[in-house]
Amino acid sequence: MTSVTAEPRTEEVLAPRPASPRPRRAGWRTFRYAVLILSLLVVLIPVYVLFVTSFKGMGDATPARTWFFPRTWTLENWVEAWTALSPALLRTFAMVIPAAVISSLLGSMNGFVLSRWRFPHANLVFTLILFGMFIPYQAVMIPLVQLMIDLGVPNGIPSLILLHVVYGIPICTLIFRNYYETVPMELIESARVDGAGLLRTYFSVVLPISIPSFVVVLLWQFTSAWNDFLFAIFFSSASNGPVTMALNNLANGAMLSNYGVSMAGALIASLPTLLVYILLGRYFVGGLMAGSVKG
Amino acid sequence: MSTKLKSWGPGLLLISPSLVLMAVFVYGFIGISFQQSMTDSHTAGQATGRAPVSFVGLANYWALLQTPAFQHSLRNLLVFTVVFLLGTLVIGFCWAWVMDRPIRGEGIFRSVYLFPMAVSFVASGVVWKWLLNANQGESASGLNRLFQMLGLDFLQNSWWADATWGILAIALPAIWQLSGYVMALFLAGFRGIPEELREAARVDGATEMQLYRHVIFPQLSPVALSALVIIGHMSLKSFDLIMSIANQSSYSTKVPAIDMYNYATVYDYANSAAVGIILLVLVALAVVPYLWYDARTRKEGR
Repeated sequence: MTSVTAEPRTEEVLAPRPASPRPRRAGWRTFRYAVLILSLLVVLIPVYVLFVTSFKGMGDATPARTWFFPRTWTLENWVEAWTALSPALLRTFAMVIPAAVISSLLGSMNGFVLSRWRFPHANLVFTLILFGMFIPYQAVMIPLVQLMIDLGVPNGIPSLILLHVVYGIPICTLIFRNYYETVPMELIESARVDGAGLLRTYFSVVLPISIPSFVVVLLWQFTSAWNDFLFAIFFSSASNGPVTMALNNLANGAMLSNYGVSMAGALIASLPTLLVYILLGRYFVGGLMAGSVKG
Repeated sequence: MSTKLKSWGPGLLLISPSLVLMAVFVYGFIGISFQQSMTDSHTAGQATGRAPVSFVGLANYWALLQTPAFQHSLRNLLVFTVVFLLGTLVIGFCWAWVMDRPIRGEGIFRSVYLFPMAVSFVASGVVWKWLLNANQGESASGLNRLFQMLGLDFLQNSWWADATWGILAIALPAIWQLSGYVMALFLAGFRGIPEELREAARVDGATEMQLYRHVIFPQLSPVALSALVIIGHMSLKSFDLIMSIANQSSYSTKVPAIDMYNYATVYDYANSAAVGIILLVLVALAVVPYLWYDARTRKEGR
């Protein structure tokens, strides 16, 4: 994990080391647990607040009672938030799935070529692609806005799919390239010997063994496109945009005073990515470790 | 020539769609942005091409850098970045260190510390906006109310509403969200150090403290550098969190990314592009040496 091109083999790297036979001081151990448990509580404070507030009725939300359980638990906020967000949730799925699939396919092709196909300046090309991962999108935004107007790409989901595909290419390329570097040369060589060309090798040998990387990349692209707000605010409105737009509108718009509804909304908007994290956490971490986050 | 084409052709075919997209959407658009930042395109008429636009060189940059409001944004960005970096690196490092040795429930701690990464800044902004509510006394809610209940009234403050230090309040949720990520990086670093190295140091009679100080920590500097660059570049681009907690009209928490959006919404494309390019230069200062170093080590590693 020393650089952006390091291995995303997190399952192994993060595996706990075996206990060493050396005896440990009890004080140090207690201290470690104290630090970890206290941190756990602090990290979970926002979750507690979200959860509790989302079940409070109108009268319950007084400043004096903010840190307590609701007097009566009610689902009103959840129903209201669901009504406000559900169309945007559907739109977000319609955006995130094609965006993740297309950018990971492109990333896989690039990764294969860059790891196996020696052409002049391959290293420079790879670095130039990687740089796209770090650029602040603010630096390309004005031409993007004008391009979308000129092309007549409909605002909202279609624009956003295009943008997430394009700006997802660098990280997808990075993850696949790292993965293909670990694939034994012999596998590909033997396909070559059998007379398969590059394209043939890619489609019949490489693609099928890329499943683990596809899982990492798809989850990663899913999460970052789902959570994006910067492109959403430039290329969509609350009525045709993804869930981050709708949530922002809910929380900072007319509902300003009703924290219960916005907190239920925040939970609803986070559920898909949280589920992904809980169910497939290690693949999610694999994406994280690959070195970057869109922000 | 034809054999060369034969051997490169298929590879180029696979990679060319991405190369074209990157060339246009990254490098081409940076060029166009830079060109636009050097024009006098400050009005809606010019933005839509109905009014003429002329070249003014670097005038917009000089003007921006002399505006107190933009200077405030840059200062905020600096303060935010320093605190965000310090916070995530210190907390992430400590968590990883404490978890380095086998500990019961490690999986749970790790998962909880990391989960905020999976949540969007917009969603976490909803709860942090409430936690960082500026009201005090009777109407206090959020953290101010918690401090009151704990008898820590002196800790109450106006959070992000404070014009000078308000930006620090935004660093809190940012640290909350990314410390776990830095932890994961450091933990991988700790575990990447071969056990033999530790054993060798122990055999030589090093105490656990000496072992960490002289053997393990020095090995972690590449990880620290990665974390620094990654968190640093995220910090420079910070936008979502500030928008969802304080929104764009709040002067106290303004940063260049917010200015860029504000200029764009009033069709001041020249200034908007100029702010974008300034951000790009700041990010490039941190990232380009890093990528260069990375590319070099890759070459040597072959």
